[in-house]
Parts: sequence; C-alpha cells; structure tokens
Amino acid sequence: MAETELYKLTETMCGEIDQWIAKFPPERKQSALLASLHIVQKETGWLSTAQLNAVADYLGLAYVTVYEVATFYSMYDLQPVGRHKVHLCNNISCMLNGSEKLSEHVKAKLGVEFGATTTDGKFTLKHAECLAACAGAPAAQIDGVHYENLTPEKIDKILDNLD
Amino acid sequence: MIELEIDGKKVEAEPGNMIIQVADAMGVYIPRFCYHKKLSIAANCRMCLVEVEKIGKPVPACATPISQGMRVFTKSEKALAAQRAVMEFLLINHPLDCPICDQGGECELQDLALGYGDDLSRYTEGKRAVDDENLGSLIATDMTRCIHCTRCVRFGTEVAGMRELGTVWRGEHMEIKTFVGKSLTSEVSGNIIDLCPVGALTSKPYRYTARAWELQQRYTIAPHDCLGSHLNVHVRRNEVMRVVPRESEAINETWLSDRDRFSYTGLKSEDRLNQPMIKQSGHWQSVSWEVALEYMLEALKKVIAVQGPEQAAGIISPSATLEESYLFQRLLRGLGCPNIDHRLRQIDFADQDSMPLYPGLKVKIADLEQQRAVLIIGANVRQEQPLLALRLRKANLKGAQIFCINPIDYQVNFNLNQKLICHPTLLPEMLAGIIKAILVKQAIEAPTTIAEQLKSIQVTEQQQAIAEALSVNQPSTILLGAIAQQHPQAATLRSLASLLAELTGASVNLLTEGANTAGAWLAGAVPHRGAVGLTQDKLGQTIAELFAEPRKAYVLFNVEPAQDCANPKQVTKALQQADLVVALTPYNTPYLQQHADVLLPIAHHAETSGTYVNAEGEWQSFAAVVSAPEQVKPGWKVLRVLGNLADLADFNYTASTEIRDELQGMLANHSLKVAKQVQPRINLAYTKHPLTRITEWPMYRVDGLVRRALPLQQAASHDSVGIRINSKMIEQLQLAAGGLATVEQAGESVTLPVILDERIPQGCALIAGGFAETEVLAESFGAITIHV
Repeated sequence: MAETELYKLTETMCGEIDQWIAKFPPERKQSALLASLHIVQKETGWLSTAQLNAVADYLGLAYVTVYEVATFYSMYDLQPVGRHKVHLCNNISCMLNGSEKLSEHVKAKLGVEFGATTTDGKFTLKHAECLAACAGAPAAQIDGVHYENLTPEKIDKILDNLD
Repeated sequence: MIELEIDGKKVEAEPGNMIIQVADAMGVYIPRFCYHKKLSIAANCRMCLVEVEKIGKPVPACATPISQGMRVFTKSEKALAAQRAVMEFLLINHPLDCPICDQGGECELQDLALGYGDDLSRYTEGKRAVDDENLGSLIATDMTRCIHCTRCVRFGTEVAGMRELGTVWRGEHMEIKTFVGKSLTSEVSGNIIDLCPVGALTSKPYRYTARAWELQQRYTIAPHDCLGSHLNVHVRRNEVMRVVPRESEAINETWLSDRDRFSYTGLKSEDRLNQPMIKQSGHWQSVSWEVALEYMLEALKKVIAVQGPEQAAGIISPSATLEESYLFQRLLRGLGCPNIDHRLRQIDFADQDSMPLYPGLKVKIADLEQQRAVLIIGANVRQEQPLLALRLRKANLKGAQIFCINPIDYQVNFNLNQKLICHPTLLPEMLAGIIKAILVKQAIEAPTTIAEQLKSIQVTEQQQAIAEALSVNQPSTILLGAIAQQHPQAATLRSLASLLAELTGASVNLLTEGANTAGAWLAGAVPHRGAVGLTQDKLGQTIAELFAEPRKAYVLFNVEPAQDCANPKQVTKALQQADLVVALTPYNTPYLQQHADVLLPIAHHAETSGTYVNAEGEWQSFAAVVSAPEQVKPGWKVLRVLGNLADLADFNYTASTEIRDELQGMLANHSLKVAKQVQPRINLAYTKHPLTRITEWPMYRVDGLVRRALPLQQAASHDSVGIRINSKMIEQLQLAAGGLATVEQAGESVTLPVILDERIPQGCALIAGGFAETEVLAESFGAITIHV
C-alpha cells in the first residue's frame, strides 16, 4: 500500500501469531486474525493502518478483510490511545444501577468525553457494551480488568492508583 | 423433482432451489435488493419476505429452500405486511434526494418504495449521513444512499476475485468502503454500478448527463477483445450516453469489463476527422468525397501500374468488421495487390500455411468453467480478456488446476498451481520442458524435428507437475495469449502447444487480438489466403515483410501505425519513404498529418453496421447505434464506392448484411483443407541480447478508441508508461527508481521514468507499446540499452 508507510511485524509477534495459525487448518489462516490483532495491538495499545496491512499480508488476507474485523470489534483501537483504557458499561443492568451517574463523574474527573483521550495521554475513556457482569452492575473494564459494583468513590480510587 | 405451490400455481422444481429462484423461473416477482442470481445468498435486506404455510413467521424467499408440498404466498396480507415493514426500515436512513439522484427513474428502491412504501414517513428523528470515498474515475459514490445489500462487496470477493470494498464498522454505523480511500483497481469494477440497487454507486462519466427515460436502448457487440461481449448502448439524440451489459450466458453472463463499458467516452475525441483531406505539395486541404476517392484511386493505381503490385500494401485493424475486412481485401486484390494483413503486432508467421481457417478458441467460452487443468502461455488474461479471466476463476474455484508460463509474473484473480516465470526468449524452452517430461514419462520417442533439441533440456519438477496435471485432469486446455503470439518465436510456441496438446489430450486455444481476428481470417485479410481460406494465385507478403522492405503505397484501415504495430520505428520509416499513404481513419492525428497523403473519415464501430466473429467462431452482427457525423462514412460503404469507382465486378452491395450473407454462402460451399504438417516447425534456438525489451499493450492502450477514453486513462494512471525493471537490474545499470533514464533501440532513443517492478525477469525491461512516448522504439522483443 503506497499511501501508508510500511510496518514490519516483530519476530516475537510473528512467533505468537504462528502459534495461533497452528491451531487452525492451513487454509483457514483467517481464523487467527482476532488473536493476531490483539498481539500487534499490545505494542502501542492501538492499531495503525500500516499494522493492519502487515497483519493482512502475514495471514494472506485482503486488506479490507482486516479493516472489517478491526472496525467491527470495540476492543481494537484504531486511533492513538492513552496509557490506560477505561471502558464503562452503558447497557441496561448497569444503567439501572447508576452507570449514567458514574459516567458523568468519570467524564468530569478526567475532563474528556467518551471516545477521547486526556491531554496528558494517561486515560482513554470509552463506552463498553454489556460486559456480562450484570450481577455486579455497574461494571467497568479498565486495562482489561473487570471491576464491579462501582460507585464514584470506588472508581476514583482505582483510577488514582494508576500511574 | 419437488412439487410446490406459489401463489396458488403448482410448480415442479429441482430440490435445493430457493423459493425466489422458482418464483423467478415461473415469472412471479418477489421484491428484493440483496439477492442476485450470480452472487452468493446473503439474505440481509429482508425485502423478499414471503409467507409459507405452516411456518409461523414470514421467511426470506432468497434463503429458504423449497420442499415437497410447500405452499408459498408472495402477496398474502402477511407477506405484504412484512415487506412493507422492511421497506419502512430501509427508508429510515435513505435520503429523499431522488430528484438529484442519478439512479432516479431506474432505482430498485424507488420502484419498490412506490409499491410497498407509505406515502408518509413515521420517522421524525435525524437521518444518518455517510462520508463518500473517491473510488476513482469510473465510479461515483453517494454512500448515504447505501442500504447495505452488500452486492458490491460480494461481487468483489466472489466474482472479480479482488476484495476492495468491505463492510466496516458495525450496526447502525456500518459503511461500505475501501476504508483507506483508494481507487478501485479491478478491471471489472464497473459491474458494481449495475449491481447497486440504489444510487450509492453510479457511473462517474455518465453522472448528471441524462435521465433513464430519455434514453433509447440499442444493441451492439463490444469492439475491444475477442470475446464479443453483448452491449446495450443507451442513446439520446444520436449521442451515446452510456454502455451497459446485455445478458448473454454464453459470453459475458451479466458482466462487462470496464474497457467495454467505458470506452464510449472516447467517441467524442477532439481529433475526430470530419472531412476527407488530401495533401498536395505539402499542404492539407479538405475536399469532397468524390475528389478524395478519385485522387486516392488514381494514385494507388499509378503505383501498382508503374512500380508493380508488390509495391502496394493494405493494413487493416483486427477490430475492423468482417464486412470491412472482406471488402478491403477484395478491393486491393481486385487492383492486383495481394499484400494484405491485419496481424499488426505479430512478428513470426512461419506457420501461417498450417493455420486453421481462423485462429481462436476450440473450447466454448462458457465451457472454460468446466476445464480441469489450464496452461496459460504468454498471456496477461486479466488485461487481455477480463471476462475470460472470470471464467478461469470459476473453473479454479471448482477445482481446476491452473498453470502459467509467462515472462512477467502477472497478477491473476485465481490461484496458480505453478508459475514458470522466465526470460521471454526462454518461453519455447520452458514449454519444450513440459513436452519432454511427458515423453520421458510415457517412454515415447520424440518427433525427429525436436528430438535433438530436447536433449539439452533439463526437466524441472514444476514442468513434470504441469505435464502430469494436463494429462490426468480432463478436459484440459492450453491458452496462448498476446505475448505468445507477438513473440519472435510465435510459430514455435504454437507448434509446441499443438504437440503438447496431442500428447495430453488438451485443446489449443488462441486468445486473439482485437475484436475480429477470426473475422479477418475468414474475410481473407491475410496475404496467403483469400476469403474463407481460398487459395490464391498470387501470394502476398506478411505485414513484417511489408514494413521491413518498404513499399511505395500503403492503405491503412483504422490503424494508428506507430501505436498499433509491432515495430513502430520501422513502420514510420516505411511510411516516410512511400509515395502514397492513404489512411481510412476516424482520427486526424499529427502523425497521420505528417506521414499520410489522403485521409478518409470513417465511422466508429458504434456508427456502423457489421459483424464481428468472436474467438469461438460466433458470427455476431449489429446495426449502427448512432449515425456518424455528416461527412463521415461507414468503412464498408467507402470501400464499396472505391470498388465501384475501380470498376470491379460485383461490388454493388446495398446493405452490410448482403456482404455477410455472401461470405456465409461462400463458407457453406467450401471447406478449407489445411495440409497437416508432418513435422511441427520447431526451432528452440534464439539470440539472447544483453538487455531485452518486453512489450505489451496495456489494457487501455489497445486501440484508438480506448486510448481516447479519458476516464479509462485516468483509471490506469498508476500503470503509466515507463521503463519497468526489477531492483537488481536497477542496481546493475546504475539507475534510480523514480528517476529518468534513456532507452536506446535501433538507433533511436527516448527518455522515460524508471519504474521499479519486481515482476520483470532479469535481463529485461518492460516498455509498453501503444503510447506516443514509445512510438520511436523498434521491435517488441528487441535488444535495448538503458542509461541515465
């Protein structure tokens, strides 16, 4: 792709991707796509077009196939992100248990809207669809870790403890 | 067979069919957007919901297989209610911009909204808008109108074999796009315009120029490749507004290549010749037809009488119609001149006496899908015959093994089991290796002519695999493309292919140039045979000889000599020294101004009636779809008048169909007996140059019309003219990719950009023909030098 700069997958990445490829029949390399994107995303926390193209080339897929998958799932970020990703659930159980208030609180605390990153590059705030933690609503996923029964105080403590 | 009932009518159908297929076959219309008979079933628009007895909910007719005793209701209250509900949802985000939408008047959504939509929307919330991407010079986008049927995406994935558009984001944010905003590069991309049921994807060149109800639909045949795809030309007030495919299962199915679809944009070129012209003492003047024809005929007769008939030559385009080719050769032969040829880009004619009645396909185009093994030799199928490549892709998806022997590692839209990429001079040897593999394996003695030559050849594993596949998997096919036929050893390649075919049971198929190579042979536009292959008392010389040993008079029919012929430098030199150059041409170009003496304006293919014989031997006649400008005449009429002026017998045709019928009559009463060569003419010896030029005519440079089709030229801008060469060679010759370098060939030189292209083999540079920039160069596969 001429428009975007080239990106080369690191040897470690290729090694990890190869493990996933090995789990599927040889003509089904596409099955390793989700895992491959996670592996590459670990590097910077988000995926650039050049990285998506590199994954496509590695798995022998059309570029647009990788774009489709990367844009479909909310756990891939296609824009630069902060050091910590804060996903607040806004689905029905959480909403009934105060997620709206929690959202307002976090937005005010971090000073950003959903989908944005704080100016110091520390936090990226995002909505999450149901995190399958309805019994512990309201719930959040912060840097891949689930937190349940949240209150403004509780989430303050969690966020304050992150560097 | 299963019996079922649709709307009260009993019908029998094969199990496995979907309800919509059976309904379509019996003429019951079920509304649909995403279903298309040539694409996979997606069932995502839900418009085709119908009621089926004993099934509670309405079911999608496109994705519900029929079953015994099924009772389907397509217009019951329940079905209609479901269809209306779907329509209401589809219209939620669809803009109400039909008055400014190009699809208005021929829009499936508009039509069905009339039938199933409400007259008032209950939806008062905001509609969503979607950004447009620039998909290039051929396809306009208004993605806010998209209803996500995914026909365009499925076409790319399934038919074209190039996934360029996809569905990105999800749910209510879903969009159809390339995501990175790139132009589509598929050579059949225009088909998504037809597939799009709404105005999201429309034709960019046609945009805002006409309304569907102003257009008249006329039928013709595509003039750019040997398939002869069926076209519907849409005309308004004697102007071609656009071209769409006419369904033909045997040839183009429901598709069309971009070249056939958009070449009409070249019809209105600024350099159109509108009046006969003659050059007298260096000055051009417009004259009447009478004066021009008398002048030309006198001058031509004089050359023939004074200098001898061998001093005249007639060169005609392989895309001229059957009628034009026939009258052209009759006129020249009538005047005593047997030097007639249409094989503009070929060099090697050593086997022309053993050629069949006409070269072409032994396999029907549609039957290519049934092949189990295919060997492609010297062909860039995707560029040469885009729709033929789609057939090969289908065969491939059904399990056919496909192999190629090419000088360039061309991108194809199917899987190649093996590819042998080699220096062009080694093409015959590569092919001979496959033959040797079979001879060794089956312990057959090699024919004496090549036994000696085969000795030194080492058979590779790849060649063995190809030999094996061609013999075992039947039916198998060998395809020889443009590069094979333009090759300096084309006769050897053809003979080797025939020998390989004999050994394996494969058929040999020639993918010929232009739209009417088969017709040109049938019409007798070759120097060694008359119409329908009749033997001639006076044999003419081939086009290669006609330019290598310059003649005193040339008659050119719809040929742009320096861009259409194999050795432009030699052609220009020959024309320069000639006493008389007559060009029957649609164009008035500086080149012709300089080199011709008489210019006669002839009609484009769209402005004339005639016949093209496609590569499978199908005679396809068509009428003019528009009339030519006043002083421009159809070629066959010009030739007829010339025949009359020359007092030649039986030249009184009143319609082009009479000419065709005459030829057909001759063909019925005559059968060509080609003496089968006892020994194939095979010569593997070659001269290897330090640096060899490879020449191909890019997809949009093959004839005058496409060269003038601006949107196609823009679409191919990434494929611009230059010195294409691999990185090793760049280093070796101390060039810089992206910089300029000078190519020298036969004493002429031209400076062109250096383009890094790793597909090119070592020792070669690809410098395309068909460009003004490369007009000064010489042979297609000649020696060159390159320096900064």
